[in-house]
Amino acid sequence: MSMAMRDAFGSKLAELGATHPELVVLDADVSSSTKSALFGKAFPDRFYNVGVAEGNMVDIAAGLATCGYHPVVNAFSIFLALKGTDQIRNTVCYNNLPVIIAGAYGGLSDSFDGASHQAITDIAIMRALPNMQVIVPGDAAQAQQALEYALTQKGPVFIRLNRNPMPDLPSASEIGTVCSVEGSDITIAANGITASYANKAASLLAKEGIKAEVLSVPVVKPLDVESLKKSVSKTGALLCVEEHVLMGGFASAVSEAFMKQGISCRFDAIGIEDTFTESGPYEPLLAKYGISAENIAMRAKNLCK
Amino acid sequence: MNTSVKDLLSQPERTFNAKELAALAAYFRVVMFDTLHDRGTGHWGGSASSAELTTSLYFNRMNIKAEDPTWEDRDRLILSKGHASMNLYTVLAHRGFFPVEELSTFRKLDSRLQGHPCMNKLPGVDMSTGALGHGLSVGLGMALAAKLSGKSFWTYVITGEGCLNEGQSWEALMSAAKFKPEHFVLMVDYNKVQLDGTEEQIMPLGPLSDKLKSFGWNVAPTAYDGNNTEDMLASFAWMDSDDIWPKAVIYDTIKGKGVSFTEGKNAWHGAVIDDASYAQGIVELTSDLHQKEAAL
Repeated sequence: MSMAMRDAFGSKLAELGATHPELVVLDADVSSSTKSALFGKAFPDRFYNVGVAEGNMVDIAAGLATCGYHPVVNAFSIFLALKGTDQIRNTVCYNNLPVIIAGAYGGLSDSFDGASHQAITDIAIMRALPNMQVIVPGDAAQAQQALEYALTQKGPVFIRLNRNPMPDLPSASEIGTVCSVEGSDITIAANGITASYANKAASLLAKEGIKAEVLSVPVVKPLDVESLKKSVSKTGALLCVEEHVLMGGFASAVSEAFMKQGISCRFDAIGIEDTFTESGPYEPLLAKYGISAENIAMRAKNLCK
Repeated sequence: MNTSVKDLLSQPERTFNAKELAALAAYFRVVMFDTLHDRGTGHWGGSASSAELTTSLYFNRMNIKAEDPTWEDRDRLILSKGHASMNLYTVLAHRGFFPVEELSTFRKLDSRLQGHPCMNKLPGVDMSTGALGHGLSVGLGMALAAKLSGKSFWTYVITGEGCLNEGQSWEALMSAAKFKPEHFVLMVDYNKVQLDGTEEQIMPLGPLSDKLKSFGWNVAPTAYDGNNTEDMLASFAWMDSDDIWPKAVIYDTIKGKGVSFTEGKNAWHGAVIDDASYAQGIVELTSDLHQKEAAL
């Protein structure tokens, strides 16, 4: 197991604070959960806890951004991408301001708190906003790389983080698509933490003689269509996996791009169907809603028939 | 020969006195009424209401450089009631941020003068606004940036009732009272008329001064007449009178000010100025301008 993404992100914030005087951090009374408190402890003058007021926080960050600062706003992803959406759209994105929206507890990772706290529509909302880039890291290293990348950008970046310790993925020098398993029968494109389940699924499939190629694709926007296209041109089949509803998220982004470019292949997508989720331990919860090595392997196998 | 508004506008960087500001605001109302009539779209009521607020800020108070609109030490103004864009555009153009002739492109395709102000299109706009209730939060961010970087620029936020209907404004009021940045001022253009009706009919805000005080703000002890430039300058003097932050000033104003049949009428929030209304209204506005010029 790797470090939890939130610990990795919080410690990276604190580390980068020393070399980035323009970095300011805001939180909405969840800094001990998001771990932005690590930055707050190291740089109290550049840390603002604004209370439970996500929209207000985003606009305060926007004001700071117009004056040369590079703010990172932290809160639960579901609340940033709902209560803060007006501010993210009308102030941050419309003005193309360098504000990093760090959505903690993404997907189902706030598992015991239940549907009210589980972010299953945040990617769809954020990727629809002009000027916004959307990154869904798959492990602790990708979360840190996403932050480093976002700090180089002149416009907004949404980083969707996970709460829990998840397995490490193969390392790469920067945030982007990583091929963790090579194969020729089917491409499994996995967004965020689903990549580790896709890797396990590839092992299960190998036992049955199916050679799956697994791509970990953390960047939803701008989408790395070329890597997907290259793999699918070899395998002829694509299974997308995401910890999000199937409307408007990663699989939607891939299918939009493929349709537009006339890329034809056998296709399936695993994600949350048109339903609300529930409380429970994280891994069994993910499995109930389709994200498990076994289900990915089964759906991949069906696609190979 | 008496001084005219034209003479005044030939030296826009001067610090103008109350009589001069009154003449400028009267002139800007004529320009706004003309332009909104010509274009057949836009918001007259709120633009007329805040004319003295914006004129006094840009022609007496604010430390700005029209030739360097993004100068980092400049004072900032956020027109949180972004529908009064024609008011802001008229003042900015005459202050030298962009050509006055460009006002005629208001709300046309490809224009820099969007329906609501856009900071990335038009020089002089410090923040894009339109969706109500954002201004105080954004302004707080700017004021915090000044504090953090050791700068002493001022941040002014003009809101109307609509902004204060939005819950976000009250979140911002709470958080500003927590962080207490210096040189941060809320200016309420309190004309008591909203889009659908009067404030009392739609969403009573009173007692506004008490509410702001209870939220931890240093509120001006008197409500100033926001359509009177002597009062505007008195309110500026109050802003400089102590070092207790954040500060709020409530200005009693009249929606649709300057045209008898539009004053205090919610129907004139965003109504098109038809030819008959224009013919009558422009006579009143021109007469007011002549009186104010004669007093110079």
